[in-house]
Amino acid sequence: MMHLYDVPLAFALVGLVLYTVLAGADFGAGAWRLLAGRGGVGERIRDHAHHSMGPVWEANHVWLIFVLTVMWTAYPAAFGSIASTLSVPLLLAAIGIIVRGAAYALRTGAQTPRELRAIDGVSAISSIVTPFALGAAVGGIASRRVPVGNATGQLFSSWLNPTSGLIGGLAIATSAYLAAVYLAADAERIGERELAQAFRARALAAGIAAGAVALGGLAVLHADAHPLYRALIRGSALGALISSIVAGCLTLMLVWRRRFEAARYTAALAVAAIIAGWGLAQHPLLLPGLTVAQAAAPHDTLIAIVVVVIAGGALLFPSLGLLFGLLLSGRLDRDRAQAPSGPTGRALLAASAAGLLGRGAAVALVMGVGFLTIAEAPWAHIIGVVSLCAFIVLGFAALAPTDAGLPED
Amino acid sequence: MSTTAAALAPAHQRYLLEARQMQALSFAVHIPLVCFGIAFPAMVLFVEWLYQRTGDEVYRTLARRWSKVMLALFAVGVITGTILSFEMGLLWPNFTGTFGGVFGLGFAIEGFSFFMEAIFIGIYVYGWDRLPGRLHFASGIPVVLAGLSGSLMVISVNAWMNHPSGFRLVGGHVADVHPLAALFGNAYLWHELVHMYLAGYIVTGFLVAGVYAAGRLRGRWGRYERAALAIPLTVAALAAPAQVLVGDWAARDVAHSQPVKLAAIEGLARTTRGASEHVLGWYTDGRVRYGIAIPKLLSLLAFHDPNATVQGLDTVSASQRPPVNVVRIAFQLMVAIGTLLALFGVLYLVVRVRRKRLPESVWFYRALVAAGPLSVVALIAGWVVTEVGRQPWVVYRVMLTSQAVTGAGGIPVGYATLALVYIGVAAAVAWVLRRLARVPLHAAGGD
Ligand code: HDD
Ligand code: HEM
Ligand code: HEM
Repeated sequence: MMHLYDVPLAFALVGLVLYTVLAGADFGAGAWRLLAGRGGVGERIRDHAHHSMGPVWEANHVWLIFVLTVMWTAYPAAFGSIASTLSVPLLLAAIGIIVRGAAYALRTGAQTPRELRAIDGVSAISSIVTPFALGAAVGGIASRRVPVGNATGQLFSSWLNPTSGLIGGLAIATSAYLAAVYLAADAERIGERELAQAFRARALAAGIAAGAVALGGLAVLHADAHPLYRALIRGSALGALISSIVAGCLTLMLVWRRRFEAARYTAALAVAAIIAGWGLAQHPLLLPGLTVAQAAAPHDTLIAIVVVVIAGGALLFPSLGLLFGLLLSGRLDRDRAQAPSGPTGRALLAASAAGLLGRGAAVALVMGVGFLTIAEAPWAHIIGVVSLCAFIVLGFAALAPTDAGLPED
Repeated sequence: MSTTAAALAPAHQRYLLEARQMQALSFAVHIPLVCFGIAFPAMVLFVEWLYQRTGDEVYRTLARRWSKVMLALFAVGVITGTILSFEMGLLWPNFTGTFGGVFGLGFAIEGFSFFMEAIFIGIYVYGWDRLPGRLHFASGIPVVLAGLSGSLMVISVNAWMNHPSGFRLVGGHVADVHPLAALFGNAYLWHELVHMYLAGYIVTGFLVAGVYAAGRLRGRWGRYERAALAIPLTVAALAAPAQVLVGDWAARDVAHSQPVKLAAIEGLARTTRGASEHVLGWYTDGRVRYGIAIPKLLSLLAFHDPNATVQGLDTVSASQRPPVNVVRIAFQLMVAIGTLLALFGVLYLVVRVRRKRLPESVWFYRALVAAGPLSVVALIAGWVVTEVGRQPWVVYRVMLTSQAVTGAGGIPVGYATLALVYIGVAAAVAWVLRRLARVPLHAAGGD
């Protein structure tokens, strides 16, 4: 039975799945550049890894912000405990994210192959550090090393322990795997057979590695996080685990047979099932001694966050659909650029209209002074602010150079 | 389900000052970038609209080049903002852990605006020449709107911290929480929002125009450069005088809601009837030295009555006062720069209206080069007034900053690391912007 206080947690887990799947692929794409090698093919691999993520990485990245904000709104005390005890890996992840993002910005300006290589190197390192640090933090929570309280857990052993190492490693392997599958699909779409081939081989290798880490990891959990292990091998958590294994095997098969487009989705499913399994295994405890119900914010806040997420989702998913639709249909590809459509050549604003606008702006400014500065009532302030905005807009309409050939001086 | 939420206990932190500085540094890096997120999309869209109306290639080139800069700055805005989100937990777990249920909603809604912004900025910038003209233009509109809603949400949180309501505290736990009333039913929100939003246009306008002013001083001055200078400059020149009026409104709101902050801004030690305003000077021993006093002006400005009583720092104990000189100097810096920018804007508007051309004087363009960085100084100074002026409280009269801070060790290490990373990011941004500026005009079409 799902209670109101569980709903935001479910949202956060969905956000975490989407972050892992979408941004994970982005980190993986960064990491692959490290192993791309030199020379022509290496360069094309790195270029491809950059360009197929370019339009979406920012949107992918926002899923992490989503998870953070839902957690601190709906489960503030748990968030405070987690962030203060796990401060080191979270800071590492934050720095990794900065460096990764800065590398994106830098690549727009880079020109020589040497510059590109240097930027890709830095970006690759941060693409490995970040998933590891986030995975290690998850490991700290899953192995019950984060007590309730302000920094009451261990600064280092909370995230440097077998479970954290396992989940951090799994995060790196999964990212690499997801990225390789996505990039192979992209390369196939733009007709780059050779690149698709290169990423297919990488996808197979990384997929097998990720599967091996995940299965071998059960032994680690058995030894280091026994309660989690016990919960994982029974009930619905076990179901999730099995789904993940099935989806993982299916993906390998699809990649083997070059059905990359379908493999994108099964790969994502495999990851989603692991995260769902973790959630199910840990429920109803959020942290040791703190159940989800105890951690939850007051009722009004929970209602508000649920409404906000549903309303926001109604706006977000169609927009994301548009972005990914354009991306996957190749509408944003580099070689799709067409000549600009011909000029419509319309008349410019008439000079008399500009004069009228100018006088309107002056009137609005006087009203702004009167209602905002001299008058004191709140309603007057509203009129004052609106007038000041009108002053700026009308003034701009009057004076904005609609003719780039402003008189020479 | 319980009606009160779990809360954390305060912890001792030796490095509270470093934690505060780390927070301040992160803001000082994020906020100037945010200005571009607020104002630049609207300017780029305006230029694209001009292109679609006139068919003049100059506008197309300009809009495309600006949109590349916009994307690069957006990327840096995103990552510096992400740091801030982490810091909410890393530095202030008790603040977030206690009040997350009250203010967190603002950030959650903001998250959705960031989504919209990130999605449509991707479509817009990568869609040049690939999407039909009108559709491409339309894809920029959500970016402009998201800049507005994003700043509304963050500012609503800050306004709540300055003027908290919408909850009760019962034994360290929040109860009776009404998040919407707390965030949006708050009279303190509106001056902050309008003031910050205008600041976005001022900072972006002067900085962008300043780049082309510097180019003109070096002899780069064609049709392209004139349009690129005049558009942002016109926006900033109009916004700057309006900002003075809004700032005055902000000061009156502060006088009503945070009398101690006002007393710090003015260096007013004792509660005074018909208080005078002190320009310049240094606050020591309970008074402003070396300043110029203007009788009764403070009472007049703050309460519209020359004989009104203005509360002094003596209304609270010494431990509850902010550092007076920091707040005072920051305020005077902001007001001085704000006044200069407004005068400069008026000068430009007069030349444009009277002579129907751009100003000619070399000094005008030299001043314009300086205006951009100065407006950034005013921006940061304004936030120092707001945030440092609220100290020692993180939530005004509810929670002390020292109660909010993390108990974790290693703050100086984190602070030093982050500072180094920011230096690297600043260098990287400077490098990219120079590179983008050097791409020859005719090559700007491709990417
Ligand atoms: C370009 C930037 C800029 C300029 C030119 C000005 N300001 Fe400002 N000011 C800001 C940018 C700013 C800000 C965006 O940094 C702040 C911080 C918090 C806020 O709401 O706006 C601010 C805060 C702020 C506050 C504190 C509000 C609070 O604590 O809630 C006051 C009283 C003023 N300002 C007053 C002024 C006056 C009288 C100005 C003109 C002469 C002025 N500002 C110009
Ligand atoms: C929500 C919007 C917020 C905005 C816009 C904001 C803005 C700022 C700015 C601009 C500064 C000063 C920058 C400088 O000194 O260079 C600052 C300082 C500070 N802020 Fe905020 N802040 C916000 C929220 C917070 C939060 C959530 C906290 C943590 C609890 C916080 C605590 C502080 C502290 C402790 C300082 C340092 C004060 C000092 O140096 O004495 N603020 N903030
Ligand atoms: C506690 C304070 C703050 C936090 C936690 C914060 C958080 C963030 C985050 C996470 C992002 C990146 C979003 C993305 O991935 O697209 C961001 C960007 C942004 N922030 Fe902040 N921010 C804070 C202060 C401010 C302030 C003071 C403003 C000013 C109005 C602001 C306005 C924006 C805007 C408009 C963006 C969009 C990105 C851009 O255009 O550069 N934020 N912020």
